[in-house]
Amino acid sequence: MTPDSIREVIVEILSVINPDNVDQLAVMDDEQPFREQLDLDSMDFLDIVLELRKRFRIQVPEDDYAQLDTMSSTVAYLQPLMQDI
Amino acid sequence: MYDAIIIGAGMSGLAAGIRAAYFEKRVCILERHYTIGGLNSFYRLRGRDYDVGLHAVTNFTPPGSRHGPLARSLRQLRFDKDEFQLAPQHRSQIAFPGCSLHFNNDPGMLESQLSEFFPSEVDSFLRLVEELPDYDDLDEGHYARSARQVLESYIQDPLLREMLLCPLMWYGNARQDDMDYAQFVIMFRSIFLEGFARPHEGVRLILRKLVRRFRELGGELMLRSGVEKIELDQGRAVGVELEDGRQLSAPCILSSAGWVETMRLCGQPPAAPRQVGQLSFVETISTLDQMPADLGHEETIVFFNDSEQFHWCRPTTELCDLRTGVICTPNNFDYEPGLGDLPDGVMRVTALADHAGWTGLGEQAYQAAKQDWGRRSLASAVRFVTDYRPHVVDTDMFTPRTIEHFTSHVHGAVYGAPGKFIDGKTPVQNLFLCGTDQGFVGIIGSIVSGVSMTNHHLLRN
Repeated sequence: MTPDSIREVIVEILSVINPDNVDQLAVMDDEQPFREQLDLDSMDFLDIVLELRKRFRIQVPEDDYAQLDTMSSTVAYLQPLMQDI
Repeated sequence: MYDAIIIGAGMSGLAAGIRAAYFEKRVCILERHYTIGGLNSFYRLRGRDYDVGLHAVTNFTPPGSRHGPLARSLRQLRFDKDEFQLAPQHRSQIAFPGCSLHFNNDPGMLESQLSEFFPSEVDSFLRLVEELPDYDDLDEGHYARSARQVLESYIQDPLLREMLLCPLMWYGNARQDDMDYAQFVIMFRSIFLEGFARPHEGVRLILRKLVRRFRELGGELMLRSGVEKIELDQGRAVGVELEDGRQLSAPCILSSAGWVETMRLCGQPPAAPRQVGQLSFVETISTLDQMPADLGHEETIVFFNDSEQFHWCRPTTELCDLRTGVICTPNNFDYEPGLGDLPDGVMRVTALADHAGWTGLGEQAYQAAKQDWGRRSLASAVRFVTDYRPHVVDTDMFTPRTIEHFTSHVHGAVYGAPGKFIDGKTPVQNLFLCGTDQGFVGIIGSIVSGVSMTNHHLLRN
């Protein structure tokens, strides 16, 4: 998957986890932490990982959750894991 | 072979099942009874619908709210924010001799009542609220503290302390006399700072939505499938044997049966009495020939106590303790105008009851005791609300015996064991608790419990 499609996937997952985020997602700054721009709590980060596992069979170990800080860092982290998808 | 077996199709089991099935676990919920809901259920009798269990959903936040346990639970089950079609309460009341406080879903109402009746305590009350830990910040230390002691450090007037504790204990305290501070915080937030609501259809709407979602996701629900024992292999749970002899295996078992009950299923010796909940209820549900509001009764829920001291313990000399009680009027919620009122006026009166006394009665004596204590419960209640007895056209009653039958909780303990198991772990590997004994009560609490135990023990690996 290209970085752009990975980004689309993440946006889709974030809107499933919390539909209230739709408006903020449209104007999100990819360099700023999700937490500061979206309505997400720690449990929601588990949901991002679980949705990725459900959709693409990707395993994100708990130690790597910190990589899911901003959109840019998330896409960069997932790119090698999703290159063959 | 399943990925997980869940024991009990109450709110926590169903929520756990939805969460697991959504994330593609092969999951089976086993329910001993012929219907779902556990303590929170419903039935039809003589042409009328009855609810048992919850009087109201707590943790209410206005439609569209994004924060709090209610919004979070709905999100985690991938439900719409307004899925439960909750209508807020009118107003409720804490009624003690010579003093009564009203509150509703706007914390400002209780505050203004305090300014009127306890003016010198308002600042302390606000400080208590300000310093109340958030749900997510509660830890073992908060569970170990006494709610009475913490309350004494804020509120000087003993009457006000008792009045504040009364609804919180009634709606979720498994301990006698005192309350864990963490449980106090949860109940305080969910009742005084968030509030009460109810779907027009009652608990059946919530249960129906949960079951439908669970099944849509491929989950399997087996009714009339009581668990006879949990199969162990070298100290770890590997499956269950059902009462009819069927065997099911799974590498993870989540039990909402309660701590003592679950340990018994593992063949552990009977628990020490202190581990078993002691608090059980009777409830008398009256159908009226008029709407309660037309009789002048506007309150949604009335928590009453007939002396300045609030007693929260198992009655030992009589079958029931009628000094305190809860009167719930399902009609008195702000339902959408299009839905209209409920078909009948209903008043529910709950009182503390002695499980041992009720289960020790022969059938004839049991029926007679229901008649007698039903009548006495109403007589007790109408000391605090308008006398609706001339308008009663039908009555039903549940007792500790009913609660034990439907929940399998030892002693018919409504709120389960006095000590909770917050991490859900048991001495048996791969066996975890959810529901009442894990530590959360009420509908939203049960859902939070089911979701979080599934997250921790089933999805995080």
